[in-house]
Amino acid sequence: MKLSGAQIIVEALIDQGCDTVFGYPGGQVLNIYDELYKNSDRITHVLTAHEQGASHAADGYARATGKVGVVIATSGPGATNLVTGIATAYLDSTPMVAITGNVPVDLIGRDSFQEVDIMGITIPITKHNYIVKDIKDLGPTIREAFEIAKSGRPGPVLIDVPKDVQTASTEWTPQGPSAKRPMAHVRDCDVETAVRLIDNAKRPYIYCGGGVVIAGASEELTALSEKIDAPVGCSMMGLSAIPTEHKNALGMQGMHGLFASTRSLAASDLVIACGVRFSDRATGNKSKFAKDAKVIHIDIEPGEIDKNIEVQLGMVGDIKDALSRIIAAVESKSHPEWREQIDKYKQKTASIDVTPDKMRPYAIIDVINKYTTPEMLIATDVGQHQMWAAQRCRFSRPRTFITSGGLGTMGFGLGAAIGASFGTGQKAVLITGDGSFGMNLNELATAVSTGAPVITVIMNNGVLGMVRQWQTLFYDKHYSNTVLDRKTDFVKLAQAFGADGYRAASVSEFETAFKTALEKGEPAVIDCLIDKDEFVLPMTPPGGSIDDIIVRKKEISLD
Amino acid sequence: MQKQFVIAIRVSNRFGVLTRVSAMFSRRGFNIDSLTVSPTETDGVSRITVTMQGDDYARNQMIKQLSKLNEVLEICEMKSDSSVIREMALVKIKCDSATRQDIITTANVFRANIIDYGTDSMVIIVTGESTKLDAFIKLMKPFEILEMCRTGAVALERGEDCLRHKDMEYINSLKINRE
Repeated sequence: MKLSGAQIIVEALIDQGCDTVFGYPGGQVLNIYDELYKNSDRITHVLTAHEQGASHAADGYARATGKVGVVIATSGPGATNLVTGIATAYLDSTPMVAITGNVPVDLIGRDSFQEVDIMGITIPITKHNYIVKDIKDLGPTIREAFEIAKSGRPGPVLIDVPKDVQTASTEWTPQGPSAKRPMAHVRDCDVETAVRLIDNAKRPYIYCGGGVVIAGASEELTALSEKIDAPVGCSMMGLSAIPTEHKNALGMQGMHGLFASTRSLAASDLVIACGVRFSDRATGNKSKFAKDAKVIHIDIEPGEIDKNIEVQLGMVGDIKDALSRIIAAVESKSHPEWREQIDKYKQKTASIDVTPDKMRPYAIIDVINKYTTPEMLIATDVGQHQMWAAQRCRFSRPRTFITSGGLGTMGFGLGAAIGASFGTGQKAVLITGDGSFGMNLNELATAVSTGAPVITVIMNNGVLGMVRQWQTLFYDKHYSNTVLDRKTDFVKLAQAFGADGYRAASVSEFETAFKTALEKGEPAVIDCLIDKDEFVLPMTPPGGSIDDIIVRKKEISLD
Repeated sequence: MQKQFVIAIRVSNRFGVLTRVSAMFSRRGFNIDSLTVSPTETDGVSRITVTMQGDDYARNQMIKQLSKLNEVLEICEMKSDSSVIREMALVKIKCDSATRQDIITTANVFRANIIDYGTDSMVIIVTGESTKLDAFIKLMKPFEILEMCRTGAVALERGEDCLRHKDMEYINSLKINRE
């Protein structure tokens, strides 16, 4: 069957099992959009307000479903607007395919209107990318792009398609979705070594990262933790891998990790790190990181072994398979003394929990926890609200926490929540700050026009809280450009976009608004007024270690 | 400890592959001393030879990160004790009747050849290990080098071992030697 390039793009997407794409039309993708128009019964296109929003939506879709997210944009500014979204997906290993149009092949290199070298631009932030200059390569390229995006450690792939390639025609035969490339498997001898290390450990600690979520290894991770009686601390990306309520779950570890989680890691004698990359935000001072512990590192990617932390045992391969084999080979353990020690760590922070009626971040999140169901999605932007959410939200299923970890992209959340909601059919709660929300709030238009059930909860403190916190602690309270002093009325703003708007000055007002919004299941914004000097605690200062951890605000000298 | 490493890479000869390889060095913060690209015994496959300075960490990271590139088929360090590593230089030297014979004598000692011979200059081609080229260039300096260029190293393992037979086992075996 002979098809045009634009037809092949749409057919190939459908052939890959893709039913939803996010994007924004433009001059060099008109042909693709014409095919989307003709095939609107077979594939849904979600029009966003900005290409960046579309890229985050594709990312959120992929995070929530595990499927490849697809985004389409035109050449030039359309393509460059994807860059932040692609980099966000790259840092958090999200499978994504971005398709951009470009000027016709013979206009390339002449600085034509809306021409950019998007392939060159995205080389460092994609797993792989292409410019297709021959129509014959188009079908195979799309197939390979999906294969690369989802194989091994997933990641974004970009395909740049010049307009004349979209109009040229060639033979097309559907072949069904690309298979994943075979996964590497950890070596038997490494499993044996791991078992020996676990046998010798008195204070084992499982450090769970986003790789566990991606590998679908939540059950195995939980099972290992139970079998060897080890607590589980998570990187932010790993949070949804183990139910928050599980007796072994200690919650987030790292710069703003929960005290018991960070403290237990520091005290452990064996860290079993699964699908983590030992980011500086997670380790602090590397020379003091888990300094009494041996480290086993299981990851699908060889480049992660010894990259940030030198480990005793690097195991390269599929985490699910590796954990199953360790579980099968290891004997059940019990570490009552270790458990007792961890319980003491937990008590240290038990007293600083919320004062329920005060409009404080944890109180807001507790209300969210009260009304959300296990399958609902929690999305965030980046900043203090994100850390509060990571510390306090309850998760019971993998892929329900949609947040930008590696790149830390403010403005990620709204697009991502819309995409995640499209992918799962579930309601999404976006926890954001007034700073982050201001970055891409135009996507409220997308939520309203598509009816995406996204409830946006703004922790509105009128400042860029996280930066302000650093200025308070490390910059002599020089609040340089972090006091927003804006006059934006988020309730009216929501209404102007066609969404419901609520303002909450107290927890009970918030509870009423949140409950109503959730029941209605329509796009809504709840403006929560909180104090500008709320801190995210605990905090390990950058480059610090467990010895430097700040747990309570009164430990800080603020003179 | 800082050392010089030679890394050989077999790559699919596709559009942009050289950019991807060289960009990986800058992105990960490592420097390339030299880089050569050439065809190989296999159609559509090129061989890139990179020399870089660094410690074991830098070497391992570069090999592992480069191995992620879709075009990279095989990659391996060419160790000096088990590989032949050679480089070529063309050196244009100013000469006159007084200096000509001295230059020729030195070139002969280095088994270098004169490939362009004029009244005021000559071009000498010299091949060998980098250190040999360094030595030759040092000796030529007093005669005034008008211009020169060096190819960067190319390398093959000694014996039957071939780069195309390397696999992931090799990459996973890379360790940091602390001794």
